[in-house]
Amino acid sequence: MNALRIALAELWGLFVEDATLTIGTLICVALAAFVIPRVVIGAQWRGPLFFLAIVVMLLENVYRGARRP
Amino acid sequence: MSWLHASTAFVAAFLASLVECVEALTIVLAVGTTRGWRPALLGAAASAIFLVILVAIFGPALGRVPITTLQLIVGILLLLFGIRWLRKAILRAARVIATHDEAKIYAEETALMRSAGGASTRAHFDTIAFLACFKAVTLEGLEVSFTVIAIGAGGSLLVASLGAALAAVLVIMLGFVLHRPLSRVPENTLKFTVGIMLTAFGIFWIGEGLALPWPGEDLALLAMIALLLLFSALAVRIARGRARTTAPS
Repeated sequence: MNALRIALAELWGLFVEDATLTIGTLICVALAAFVIPRVVIGAQWRGPLFFLAIVVMLLENVYRGARRP
Repeated sequence: MSWLHASTAFVAAFLASLVECVEALTIVLAVGTTRGWRPALLGAAASAIFLVILVAIFGPALGRVPITTLQLIVGILLLLFGIRWLRKAILRAARVIATHDEAKIYAEETALMRSAGGASTRAHFDTIAFLACFKAVTLEGLEVSFTVIAIGAGGSLLVASLGAALAAVLVIMLGFVLHRPLSRVPENTLKFTVGIMLTAFGIFWIGEGLALPWPGEDLALLAMIALLLLFSALAVRIARGRARTTAPS
């Protein structure tokens, strides 16, 4: 049981390290799924807009993460 | 599947697997040199068999999932996985966090194995050495398996598998020849590159899964890799500046 718990924790760690990065990424995906298709008129801009949202979120996360305590 | 997609999948799988295999090799070498090669290699081999069984069970099941659902799920996981690597590589390049040091890890693992006691004898099998190698190879191997399956989700599974297999063979051969950790491999640069490629693949698959059109179709993948490289270089500069201004004087 302990080995299974360790394995699951390691598996979780593959995808989640910084909680704000994970939440930010999932929010971007939710925006791409539910918001972008409704508000962006030109269909060809939907993919690039999603890409841009991820980049902005990453830059913001790095800026916050680089702060020395 | 275009040649562009296939070659990108091959390179991404090769580089990602190279990083993971180097990390696994460090532990196997540390265990092998301190506790004996028999339990170390048996642990690594048992892990390889375990991983093959896992892939054989779950691999065919993925074929039954509708392609758009699979692209979306795999894309989200790949994006979470890749962006985690990329963020860490950016912070390491900016010297905000320490870089990965295979020589240091090798020394720590060697010291740990020496202090553990209960080494192999003819009558006694070294369970500690076996489990240490089994765990290390399984963890790194799981990352390799996931990366290969995720990158290959769009029909390039064979190409991605070949990339990963080539990396594994290369690292195993170097390990046999050198008998020391591959500390000269520029691991952070590799992780930086792989983080960018996996993030681009993740974004691309999510777009495909959600039916978001990509200008230029498969070419968008290359454009995203190039743009992520530019933005990551910018992120390194931002992180350096931020760390400098917030450092305690």
